[in-house]
Amino acid sequence: MRRLTWRPAELVHSSAETATARTLRFRVPGWPGHLAGQHVDVRLTAEDGYTAQRSYSVAGPADGDLIELTVETVPDGEVSPYLTEDMRVGDQVEIRGPVGGWFVWRPADQSPVLLVGGGSGIVPLMAMIRARRQAGSRAPFRLLYSLRDPARRYYAGELRRPDPGLDVTYLYTRSAPEGAARPARRIGLDDLAEGGWPASFEPECYVCGPTGFVEAAADLLLALGHAPERIRTERFGPTGG
Amino acid sequence: MTEHLDGNALAGPLGELFTVDMTSATGRCASCGLTGPVASLRVYGPDPGLVARCPGCEEVVLRLVRGPGSAWLDLRGMVSLRLNVPD
Repeated sequence: MRRLTWRPAELVHSSAETATARTLRFRVPGWPGHLAGQHVDVRLTAEDGYTAQRSYSVAGPADGDLIELTVETVPDGEVSPYLTEDMRVGDQVEIRGPVGGWFVWRPADQSPVLLVGGGSGIVPLMAMIRARRQAGSRAPFRLLYSLRDPARRYYAGELRRPDPGLDVTYLYTRSAPEGAARPARRIGLDDLAEGGWPASFEPECYVCGPTGFVEAAADLLLALGHAPERIRTERFGPTGG
Repeated sequence: MTEHLDGNALAGPLGELFTVDMTSATGRCASCGLTGPVASLRVYGPDPGLVARCPGCEEVVLRLVRGPGSAWLDLRGMVSLRLNVPD
């Protein structure tokens, strides 16, 4: 292993995920590979030398030296508006990583997995879903994806396609689609009891989202009897951007 | 207190200093004795530096300030740290 260093990264593709989020594909020469759930730091440098950096989860397995990030635009943010609105194919930023060895899923893990994502917290969980599919893993996965309304769904088409062994449940907090059985509300005990795994199955639980969401969901999992050491959490900051 | 991040956010800044992943290391709080992964600490920052507090007792466990050409790491709140090291 070596110490982390910044590497130049060139944008090779960018596509809209929602009205406010884009998936960006970068070519990072010498990329060492990464595990599902790991993140990278992205650094921008202005002409006067001022730098700003933010962390973003990698959205899926690497393809050689190509990696994908999904970035939500934070209004008035220092980094995300550049990445999602101004950056053009061929432009460069600096990336260092992969980092983080705690909030990761490895394809050799056979335990059932419960993924609980709030908003853009879906990104590292999607990396796990994609890594599972790529590896042909038979570990059973359940995803509970909490978000404000249907227009905010990331990866909507991909999550709609059948993926044997993966169950997907959407939990809308502000407005649910017409005819939905579950009214729009915040995540609750029922959601985790019905859409998750019984604690006796000893699933590995991964919870990612804004701080308030993560703490609420982790507390609910504890209340349902899941062991603290099997609940892994990652919080997204309010000061992101 | 403002909203916090967690120890996962230390992965990059500590990765500059150490070759093994520090966020999956298990630390023990010097104040209350709680043991858990560095990833579970409550992290405030990034300016003027990163401050990591124990999720059990809120005492400061670790502080990291990156300056030009150097980094200051204060581990006063940690009794021990068990690292995952490949053989």
